Amino acid sequence: MSTATKKEHKSNRPARGGVVTFVEAIRQGLWEELERDPTVFVIGEDVGAYGGAFKVTDGLLDEFGEGRVIDTPISEAAIVGAACGAALMGMRPVAEFQFIDFISAGFDMLTNYAAKCRYRWGAGLPTVFRGPCGAGVHSGPFHSLNAEAFFQNTAGLKMVEPSTAYDAKGLIKAAIRDPDPVIYFEHKKLYRLPRLREELPEDDYTVPIGKARTAREGRDLSIITFGAQVLNALDAADELEREGLDVEVIDLRTLAPMDKEAILATAKKTSKVMILHEASRTGGLGGEIAATITEEAFEWLDAPVVRVAATDTPVPYSPPLEEYHLPQVKDVLAAARRLAAY
Amino acid sequence: MKNETQTRVAARGGAQGKAARDGKSDAGAVLAEVAPVAEEVVVREPVNEKGETVCTSDTTLTAEQLLELYRHLMLTRLVEEKLVNLYRQTKVVGGVFRSLGQEATAVGSAYALRPGDFITPLIRDLGAVLVKGIRPREIFAQYMAKAWGPSEGRDLNIHFGDMARGFVGPISHLGDMVPVMTGVVLAARLQQKDAVAVAYIGDGGMSTGAFHEGLNFAAVQRLPLVVIAEANHYAYSTPTSKQTAVKNLADKAAGYGIPGYIVDGNDVVACYEVTRRAAEFARGGGGAVLIEAKTYRRKGHAEHDDQRYLPEGELEFWEKKDPVDRFQRHLLSQGVATQEKLDEIVSNVKREIDEDAAWAESSPMPEAEKAAFNVFDNSVVPPAFRPKVFGRDE
Repeated sequence: MSTATKKEHKSNRPARGGVVTFVEAIRQGLWEELERDPTVFVIGEDVGAYGGAFKVTDGLLDEFGEGRVIDTPISEAAIVGAACGAALMGMRPVAEFQFIDFISAGFDMLTNYAAKCRYRWGAGLPTVFRGPCGAGVHSGPFHSLNAEAFFQNTAGLKMVEPSTAYDAKGLIKAAIRDPDPVIYFEHKKLYRLPRLREELPEDDYTVPIGKARTAREGRDLSIITFGAQVLNALDAADELEREGLDVEVIDLRTLAPMDKEAILATAKKTSKVMILHEASRTGGLGGEIAATITEEAFEWLDAPVVRVAATDTPVPYSPPLEEYHLPQVKDVLAAARRLAAY
Repeated sequence: MKNETQTRVAARGGAQGKAARDGKSDAGAVLAEVAPVAEEVVVREPVNEKGETVCTSDTTLTAEQLLELYRHLMLTRLVEEKLVNLYRQTKVVGGVFRSLGQEATAVGSAYALRPGDFITPLIRDLGAVLVKGIRPREIFAQYMAKAWGPSEGRDLNIHFGDMARGFVGPISHLGDMVPVMTGVVLAARLQQKDAVAVAYIGDGGMSTGAFHEGLNFAAVQRLPLVVIAEANHYAYSTPTSKQTAVKNLADKAAGYGIPGYIVDGNDVVACYEVTRRAAEFARGGGGAVLIEAKTYRRKGHAEHDDQRYLPEGELEFWEKKDPVDRFQRHLLSQGVATQEKLDEIVSNVKREIDEDAAWAESSPMPEAEKAAFNVFDNSVVPPAFRPKVFGRDE
């Protein structure tokens, strides 16, 4: 099959590989898993004829039918609960939250049912809960959430958040094949970002859950980050390079269980660590990563572990307000220069 | 049919009703008035020639099946009595939850299901769990937090499951199992199995959002979900009048566009029959069904609850309506069994319970380190052992 086509198919069957955007990479992954495994099905609001609010499930209904692409009422508890029930029966549901903000309406089902099922009675639930997260597109307090910290303190839920098209496809496939519940965050700003277009392999592949990626090698200091902030980290690193600073960027990819080895390895390598995330600073993943580094790599550190994150407010709507709220490249640069000065 | 609808609308009054009566075409601002059901349905108990309340004789159950039902009823009651004994001997780690006075609902309804069907019980549906083939020893080991219990000490009482026997264990969060069971039958349909799921819920659990979301989704998808609402008067200490403004829990069926039935929850035969018919309807493609079983919880929420909130005389009133006594009278007066036969069943049940309780007591407690396992599939993610100080090996 020819995969050299650069044109992205919309409602048609996606190409295998080829040059694609982030969103098309996820759609390819879903499509291929639906083809490969008859127990996989998709469930969520407007995922059928409409193809999802961001068109991640575009074309699936025509190909796989109403039985496997299920439109639901506006009922996140029902979506999560039904996915869990179906998984008990040996199915592998992929449930969509139209915006990850609405995951709060399914919180109880996720944290009390999905997360604890294997632990309580050995019933593992191979389920994927995916949806668009993230701010920076002026969507206001209810369409901009980064929800990972809500679930970090719940044993039994895995969380992934890719920042490249390659990882987006590899991780959705890995999540679908995983024996346990996986929350799959898709930063909406990345969906159609031209910068992320890349050529994917034609062959089937997965990206392992639990493994971070070195997005940029460096010796002087480390930025540990994930999702859309990987791009800010890389942009800052380019600028810092001109100032003579050699920055390493670690893209976590999996947020739970976190790749502790990779975190400690980069801390020990550069001795100066910044954690960059888009969610609010207080109670965010940054605190947990910083604590791990100070407990386990204290002697290697030449500076305090610093966090660059959003302010402790809801995500505001108006562009100047949102810009104030979110971490910017200039914040990364300032923090890096402070770290370098130690 | 058309006339009947018009008459009903007219009888309820409202603009359209008046317009219909007057033969005018303009119904005004209000197109129709949908009135709530005004009265609670009164349970009418059948009586035998001696004037004693018995069970319905409108049944397809054979004498052999009726005796099996009796066995399940007695097993449920006596397993619970044994649990209370163990609790008083401090051998039960958590609380003990009784279904005294409402056993007929769980037992009769679960007995109407096929082996490939699924149930999810509430804490007061031990009877349904036992009917599904879970053995008393599993229940005792669970309550005593033993290693040989199905959850190996990780969770309590009937909080476990056994998909092979059609038992989907509940969690404490009421209502959550309704969406889960919707998913079970959604999957069954994709797998081309004709399984029916029964989700038990109470007057309290029906106030949750998850209940609504789950039943609504099942109704929309016409999934074979039978929800059995046990109207047992109290959710912990809160009376039904403070949970809902409807007179009958089954009135809520109208809001989902599904059929609703009301049954005498203390008549084990009636509970069997109404569930059998509902399951047939659901299995045949009719979709979800809501059954309300009117019954009464004669014990407190758990053994510690002194029931100070009960009005005087209420307990005594319902003691006279005991479902086990009533079924016994039914079996005897219908000539289904002799007292000796019933005694023999009870003594067999007692023997099984004693053996199973002894087995559970002989189980060790779980090894402490087992707490670290099974958060995730441990072939993929290692167990969550106690962290070392500084996370280091030295």
